[in-house]
Amino acid sequence: MSRVHRSAALAAIVLIAGGCGSRARSGGLVVGFSQVGAESGWRTANTRSIKGEADRRGVTLKFSDAQGDQENQIRAIRSFIQQKVDVIAFSPKTEDGWQAVLEEAKQAHIPVILTDRAVNVQDTSLYVTFIGSDFVEEGRRAAACLARATGGKARIAELQGTPGSAPALDRKKGFEAALAAEFPGLTIIKSQSGNFERARGKEVFEAFLRSPEGASITALYAHNDDMALGAIQAIEAAGKKPGTDIVIVSVDGVHDAFQAMLDGKLACSVECNPLLGPQLFDLIERLKRGEPVPKRIITKEGVYERSQVTRETLAARQY
Amino acid sequence: MTPRFRPRAAWPALGIAALIVFNAASDLRTGGPGLIGPGAFLHLAIRDGIPSGPLIDVLNYGATFMILAIGMTPVVATRGIDLSVGSIMAIAAAVAAVLSVGGQPPPVSIAAALGAAVVCGLWNGAMVSGIGLQPFVATLVLMVAGRGIAQLITDSQIITFHDPALEYIGLGRPRWLPLPFPFLIAVGLVGVTALLVRKTALGLLLEAVGGNPPAAQLAGVRSRRIIALTYGFSGLCAGIAGLIAAANIKAADPFNAGRNLELAAIFAVVVGGTPLTGGRMSLAGAAVGGLLMQTLTTTMYARNVGADTAPLPEALVILVVALVGAPRAAAWARQRWAR
Repeated sequence: MSRVHRSAALAAIVLIAGGCGSRARSGGLVVGFSQVGAESGWRTANTRSIKGEADRRGVTLKFSDAQGDQENQIRAIRSFIQQKVDVIAFSPKTEDGWQAVLEEAKQAHIPVILTDRAVNVQDTSLYVTFIGSDFVEEGRRAAACLARATGGKARIAELQGTPGSAPALDRKKGFEAALAAEFPGLTIIKSQSGNFERARGKEVFEAFLRSPEGASITALYAHNDDMALGAIQAIEAAGKKPGTDIVIVSVDGVHDAFQAMLDGKLACSVECNPLLGPQLFDLIERLKRGEPVPKRIITKEGVYERSQVTRETLAARQY
Repeated sequence: MTPRFRPRAAWPALGIAALIVFNAASDLRTGGPGLIGPGAFLHLAIRDGIPSGPLIDVLNYGATFMILAIGMTPVVATRGIDLSVGSIMAIAAAVAAVLSVGGQPPPVSIAAALGAAVVCGLWNGAMVSGIGLQPFVATLVLMVAGRGIAQLITDSQIITFHDPALEYIGLGRPRWLPLPFPFLIAVGLVGVTALLVRKTALGLLLEAVGGNPPAAQLAGVRSRRIIALTYGFSGLCAGIAGLIAAANIKAADPFNAGRNLELAAIFAVVVGGTPLTGGRMSLAGAAVGGLLMQTLTTTMYARNVGADTAPLPEALVILVVALVGAPRAAAWARQRWAR
């Protein structure tokens, strides 16, 4: 190919690219997203929402699954920087260890958005915004819900999430703060980690029921729905009625929890919405238009109570 | 070779006894529930003729460890290791749940789940003895990929099923012997496997292959085929454990079923008297070692030890049991005694 031909071809490509850009603003966008892994149904729903929304808006999404490894995430972000994507978004595995790679992104003038989990860096200008749930607030809402369902008096067993994880720490903090400030009649008498797992939730709750305090437990606060669903089986196996003998609240709002509410076994589930896609890409488009965005965006979430759940809401549940 | 009559199950059994005594002593202090009062570790509640209590929990949940350890023992005895058992559990659970929800009768879903598990195990065997990959690497591949396969099967969701026959595997309490059905499966498996290994030449061949592979090969033992079979058997046991795990919560959890259980199973095998260097094996020892792992977990629950601090006392107990059972430690103690 001669030099003239080559430059003509290049010009044509530039023209075509320019034409596309003016037709649909978000169409030319390239977004790099580093997902932490696929460790739960919540996370899979999160991934689907982001991929689906990118598709719908015609955004080119470079998606990378880190399989639960921070090293993989750092590598993915470096490769996004090299590919000069327009925006980088990621769900950090842990809070620490992001300083260096975020500085590289800043030097390359690529804005970074954190989704669903925060990072711990001195210089907060290293990321543009953090979009995700407020786990402390979720804990507070769970407490309020439990107070409503029990009439303000209960002896509570708590099933915590994975030790040291942000949702476990904050859901505990928010719940305890609300108990101390507003609900003196609610007391936690047992607390242990169920690792966010259904099987663990069942096993640990069985141990709770067998303990000396077991007979006096009147309520359960589980840091996620799966552990509550396991505990329900333990309660039934012990010959008690979940929902009446032991009132249960949990967090997440997954499909099976809606079924449990419909069956009258679960009093309420505080939503922790994984469907971040639409909000994330709204944000990215605002960024690209040069509009200012807040440093912290809290996901739109609700609380589902037993009385609100019908067959229709159950059928409409996406995750 | 050490003489056959040495009871290798003794050390983990002593460990279990020590933990039970520790729990009983803690229950006896003032203000506690007493030795067998409600809330005590030794308390047994009987409802509808079925006993329940912490000790029954140990048998119920310990069965998974026991079965994994029984499967792992021949692998370790032939100088191998199987890191993929946790992922194979997840695959078997996923296959059974998806077929059951799809309307297949229980025999079909159970057979398909166990079949898938055996195929996974034989795949490991082919990688190790056919291609000659290191067992650690070969089974690590399936450990990582297997969880992905399980998620693929369930479409990355927890699949809840309603199938009394399938649930019985994990929740059943037979009328003729009201103990957890998983524990009865584990005991049966120990019995059948021990018969196969000790009453046929299989045990001799296994120990020959593990003790000195070139010598066994020269003596005409088909060591490659035997090694491949040990992985197939380990896969089968992992499949049974996966069915139990799923039946117990009436759901297949592809993310968490069997996660991190491979190391517990390997420990149960080693503490039960089957060294990682191969050449000898103890099935009963491995099974009791599996029970020890669960006794530890249940003790942590009973004593209110948080999950963040529990690994430390657990590691201490494991260290002590391993030290007490170590031949060199025993020789050292004998020397001190003689002086």
